[in-house]
Amino acid sequence: MTMKTILAGATLALGMATGAFADGHQTKVGFVYVGPVGDGGWTYEHDQGRLAVEEHFGDAVETVFVESVPEGPDAERVMTQMALGGADLIFTTSFGYMDQTINIAAKFPDVKFEHATGYKQADNVSVYSARFYEGRAVQGHIAGHMTESNIIGYIASFPIPEVIRGINAAYIHAREVNPDVEFKIIWAYTWFDPAKEAEAATVLIEQGADVILQHTDSTAPQAAAQAAGNVVTFGQASDMAEFGPFPRVSSIIDNWAPYYIARTQAVIDGTWESTNTWDGIGPGMVGIGEITDAVPAEVKASAEAMVEALRTGEYHAFTGPINKQDGSAWLADGEVADDGTLAGMNFYVEGLTGDIPQ
Amino acid sequence: MDLTAINPILLLASLMVAATPILLAAIGELVVERSGVLNLGVEGMMITGAVCGFIVAVNTGSPWLGFIGAAIGGAILSLVFGLLTQLLLSNQVATGLALTLFGLGLSALMGQGYIGIKAPSFPDWHIPLLGDIPVIGPIIFQHDPMVYVGLIIVGATWTFLKYARAGLILRAVGENHEAAHALGYHVIRVRLLAIMFGGACAGLGGAYLSLVRVPQWTEGMTAGAGWIALAIVVFASWRPGRLLIGAYLFGGVTVLQLNLQAAGVSVPVEYLSMSPYLATIAVLVIMRAGRAPGSLGQSFHASR
Repeated sequence: MTMKTILAGATLALGMATGAFADGHQTKVGFVYVGPVGDGGWTYEHDQGRLAVEEHFGDAVETVFVESVPEGPDAERVMTQMALGGADLIFTTSFGYMDQTINIAAKFPDVKFEHATGYKQADNVSVYSARFYEGRAVQGHIAGHMTESNIIGYIASFPIPEVIRGINAAYIHAREVNPDVEFKIIWAYTWFDPAKEAEAATVLIEQGADVILQHTDSTAPQAAAQAAGNVVTFGQASDMAEFGPFPRVSSIIDNWAPYYIARTQAVIDGTWESTNTWDGIGPGMVGIGEITDAVPAEVKASAEAMVEALRTGEYHAFTGPINKQDGSAWLADGEVADDGTLAGMNFYVEGLTGDIPQ
Repeated sequence: MDLTAINPILLLASLMVAATPILLAAIGELVVERSGVLNLGVEGMMITGAVCGFIVAVNTGSPWLGFIGAAIGGAILSLVFGLLTQLLLSNQVATGLALTLFGLGLSALMGQGYIGIKAPSFPDWHIPLLGDIPVIGPIIFQHDPMVYVGLIIVGATWTFLKYARAGLILRAVGENHEAAHALGYHVIRVRLLAIMFGGACAGLGGAYLSLVRVPQWTEGMTAGAGWIALAIVVFASWRPGRLLIGAYLFGGVTVLQLNLQAAGVSVPVEYLSMSPYLATIAVLVIMRAGRAPGSLGQSFHASR
């Protein structure tokens, strides 16, 4: 037995011991964040969910969080530390923590893990995500109406299915109302880098875009659009209402609080099971921020009708006929996309130009 | 692919803007290193400058006062580094790294109440006559004033190091502090002043991000710009003229890769992103490390 295995064993035992100790007293919930809680977007909303958990359970639950954790080996260290610190439930809130979450979950079988936006499950790892693409469809609808140059700029983060889904959903619904629309896409390769996001927005505006959609987390593109003066934006992950009523004309708001409260309750009750949750506008995990008066009344009305149809499930954001970029058929007339294809989406729909970086 | 979508005039103009924060931080670090001190805390001083400048600008409504506040904030933080390394003789590399971590935390704390607030606007100057020259006008003469302040600082530093007696003393201290001491120069004082100048410049660079480029406060907003500034100093082999080229190269690649992407060119962005660093390594290999100031990174105590 090497020193390493002895240490690993001791660590494991310690983790179990502290886990058992916590059971009788307070439930401890940990959160791993990819950005700072003050990003005004993605991480901010996760932290609002954490605060809602604290408020709901009061003294029965203690929460801890670590912010700005890089998506890489460092994340494992943070998760290990949380698990050793007695956390009963750990939310890892970025796609890039997927493999790390699975690795650490295997070492701490008694700790429950919840990984956001990923697709790898285990006995003690649930995955959860929101159907952001429903919100993207609404954004695309408004964007298609609002653009005068017919060029829509899109600041994408990483080429992963979640982001590609958003681009496709926005494009399909923009083209539906404006057949001449063109998407210019910049891959920023970051979730959060205000300087780079501002730069990307400026470049898109210089190349003629008068609507900017973003899948990055800071409000920098909003500020860049505001400086340009005549460019429309949408809040991402958080309402970003401070940039309304113009340039920000609407937003996608992530509402994690009900889910976080429900899962924490499940751990307290001992009914926690590994699940795969993917909720949209209907259950309230995705919210659409107020559509401001900068949007013409009839466009606002049709956008709100679309939100309502998505809420009731009467309309699916990916309804055929839709072809793939290469022209091959994907969905027949009236057919809706299945979750499996959506979860692994790695292709553009017909009409989008450029390639997805590999 | 549609390269015609890229407007070369706007590209070059935004290159100058993109290069300004790293140029400011790098010129400060260049002076610090020429005096024989290696301060790896540029990132920490930049972000502290960014938050100090933002707080002052929001509270006074004046971006100019904001920049002054940023310079003072950066200089105060660098003074912590100066006292530790020059008077208490701590290790410069470790202290510099610690300064970065400290600056990131301190700025996050100071900026707590300033998230989501907008900075007072800082309009571009349209320089009369010069700004009206076709092509060159929009590229060079229609920017915000800080772009020119940055260029003036670089020019002044070059003149100072090359022609001023004080600049000669600073270089002497950096090349051989024992000899400079023997000649009667006050090594510690020169170095402390250089460190404070470096901190002030890094603060200005950070404030350029929070007041002009982005312009708002978000935690961790410098996102590694301080490290790029350090790389540029080495790339420039400690010369202000080359530093300008280096900053434009690094800034230009950032802007160019975004432009190429938006135009639909399928150049893998990774190659463009790594190219300035590859250039730095290539320059280091070609130039040899012998160009560095002789006493760089060494502690000095008069007793030895």
